[in-house]
Amino acid sequence: MEAVYTRTKTLNGNLLGFCPGCMHGTTFKLIGEVLEELGIDNKASCILAIGCCGLAQDAVSYDLATAPHGRAAAAATGLKRSNPDTVVFTYQGDGDLASIGLAETIHAANRGENISVIFINNGIYGMTGGQMAPTTLVGMKATTAPGGRDPKQHGYPLHMAEIINQLVAPVYIERVSCNNPANVRKAKNAIRKAFQNQIDGKGYSFVEVMTSCPTNWGLSPEKSLKFLEENMMKEFPLGVIRDNG
Amino acid sequence: MSNKVFMKGCEAIAEAAVRAGCRFYAGYPITPQNEIPEYMARRLPQVGGAFVQGESEVASINMVYGAGAGGTRSMTSSSSVGISLKSEGISYCAGAKVPMVYVNMQRGGPGVGTIQAAQQDYFQATKASGNGGFRMIVLAPSTVQEAVDMTYQAFDLAERDRSPVLILGDGVIGTIMEPVVLPEMKSDEEVAALKAKNREWAIVGHGRDEKRGYIQPGYWSNDMQEQHCRNLEAMYERWEQNDVQVEELFLEDAEMVFVAYGTSARIAKNALEMLRAEGHKVGMIRPKTLYPFPSKAFDHINYDTCKCVLDIEMSIPAQMVYDVRMAVKGRCPVDTCLRSGGNLIERDNILGKAREILTGGAN
Amino acid sequence: MELNLMVAGFGGQGVMMIGKLLSQATCDSTDYNVTFYPSYGAQQRGGTANCYVVISDREVGSPKPNIVDQLIVMNDVSMVKFRTNVQSGGIIFTNSSLVKSGAERDDVAVVPIPVTEMAMELGSLKVLNIVMLGAYIGYTGLIDENLVLDCILRLLGKKPEFIELNKKAFAMGLDAGKKVKAA
Repeated sequence: MEAVYTRTKTLNGNLLGFCPGCMHGTTFKLIGEVLEELGIDNKASCILAIGCCGLAQDAVSYDLATAPHGRAAAAATGLKRSNPDTVVFTYQGDGDLASIGLAETIHAANRGENISVIFINNGIYGMTGGQMAPTTLVGMKATTAPGGRDPKQHGYPLHMAEIINQLVAPVYIERVSCNNPANVRKAKNAIRKAFQNQIDGKGYSFVEVMTSCPTNWGLSPEKSLKFLEENMMKEFPLGVIRDNG
Repeated sequence: MSNKVFMKGCEAIAEAAVRAGCRFYAGYPITPQNEIPEYMARRLPQVGGAFVQGESEVASINMVYGAGAGGTRSMTSSSSVGISLKSEGISYCAGAKVPMVYVNMQRGGPGVGTIQAAQQDYFQATKASGNGGFRMIVLAPSTVQEAVDMTYQAFDLAERDRSPVLILGDGVIGTIMEPVVLPEMKSDEEVAALKAKNREWAIVGHGRDEKRGYIQPGYWSNDMQEQHCRNLEAMYERWEQNDVQVEELFLEDAEMVFVAYGTSARIAKNALEMLRAEGHKVGMIRPKTLYPFPSKAFDHINYDTCKCVLDIEMSIPAQMVYDVRMAVKGRCPVDTCLRSGGNLIERDNILGKAREILTGGAN
Repeated sequence: MELNLMVAGFGGQGVMMIGKLLSQATCDSTDYNVTFYPSYGAQQRGGTANCYVVISDREVGSPKPNIVDQLIVMNDVSMVKFRTNVQSGGIIFTNSSLVKSGAERDDVAVVPIPVTEMAMELGSLKVLNIVMLGAYIGYTGLIDENLVLDCILRLLGKKPEFIELNKKAFAMGLDAGKKVKAA
């Protein structure tokens, strides 16, 4: 029988280890497919953040380094500047990129580093068990905000794509999601564009992927999708924010 | 004499790094080491290297982590309080076996301290440069020439062991100008060949039929992490066998032995010369590697004649003295002569203390 | 042989350059060990500036000795602050245009050179340090004057007008230093 669809060769078959309903797996699949389709999986190096994404470290076939928490953009800067022919991308969650790594994120973007940044926003700390993230919605419960995020105490969700859009250097900023097949296709196109920009030497690309976290949201995968669509995407609307590519 | 140049410590170190094949530097301003990033900003582009002024010490060490992970000879530098900020990244380099060289031009502490020279970071350098109980080869230059030679060597050591190497200087070593003979400049071909050797493990993009580059600062398996610690331990034991560097002076007849490193050591040596001219039998042990510490040198002391081992540091309270006591093993009293806060130790401080002990009996 | 020298004055008087030129010339023309230590502080402008030069036929111990053989003071504050740091039998070179206080001890020689006035005579206060360096070399004969001049021109003489000015300043200082020595 003819195989019409196979797993990307960049996933080696080892267990990814993500929870049911989590979209990290989908995003890694999309990245892998793009790397293969662009013929750059043999030139790619991933700077992986600290957080749930670390569960994928043994499941991908491309070169990889785990950076200290929040420092992926700095490590990617060092790698890309010293190895311009390597295709360098970071894979970071919201705690990593928007909280502890805010300075590194902004400054790498502001320098216009020729890297691709994949940002997973699910509004919560996953691996450590559901603490409040900088992107947690107002009123949304977290183990460190048991009464829900209160703006008087915790401020408001950080909109990273829009913040980065204040900078001059970035060439491409888009917010996507993996909540349905049509959006998965859009997400893949956005990821492709982020890598193509790097190959073409255009500079910094930022793709924010809105995802769900059923485990820490305390919802079923199905209800999580609904929450993602009705609440998260309202706060963080999808779409191209900048495209100078 | 013809090929000597007159250079500031920081600039000489930076030039030595470039000559050793360093092609990436990231750093953040802090006194007294600003001439290193300033020099690198001018120099690295001339040799096809990259310089980045990081947004912080934290970012800078992680840029070096990324560049080192890519197999490029890489360096950062800072001073005391800035080194504290780099600690996590240094620990990652040690854990993930990313070679890199870093310089600490020590100043007064704790906290922001003073901007003048001190030696308050001995524990930080030799015992706990970050979490996780790792060790590093710590080179402690006493002159600009030695700083240059040690920097040149540091890149080879870092790459041999895939481990961070620390050059522990201070505000004096970084700021003074001295005549220095610079080491040979490695050619572009040599630098490329060194980098190519690292390709095996570096993250540069490997083909599907190759083993991937994997820079791993931790393991999901406890047993694998434990084995990793055992492997590191074995490396540290090899260092103790093979990599100790020390200068020993007049130990065979000494009634008193000075122990000092870096800037303190050059001043102590000066005091030693004066005391010997007066007829006092003073010897000296100068650790050039603070880790591995030259404990065996202390077995060369003649404990029949030696009344006292005097630990001389620009640190209050003393820090190296713990390693000194461990090495002396109670065979004679150990005393200290200390200054700090950015005040250099003075020859007269050492002469005063030494004469007091030599003429008044031990302690 | 070991010589310890301290140079002290206001920031902006070219204090560091005196020490740097002297030590650079020593490195270039002799086999002596030499260190130049510029004292550094947090202020970028103004305040006091000082530096140390140690020249020795052995390894140099402290590059910032607490007691020095020779002292060059470019302003009165430095004279008052550092005159007690000079070894008995030592020499204090003073910018007598500004230094009005005496050494207040008779075991050191004082060499007064009005370098601020001399530099103004040449039309530029910028070269008062070169005048003082000339006077120091003229008095001590520490290094061949031509080697020092080469060093000045190499480190400072980028523009033609400055080359002439520096040459004149150095010659003027040399002459003044030699005259005091001869007297």
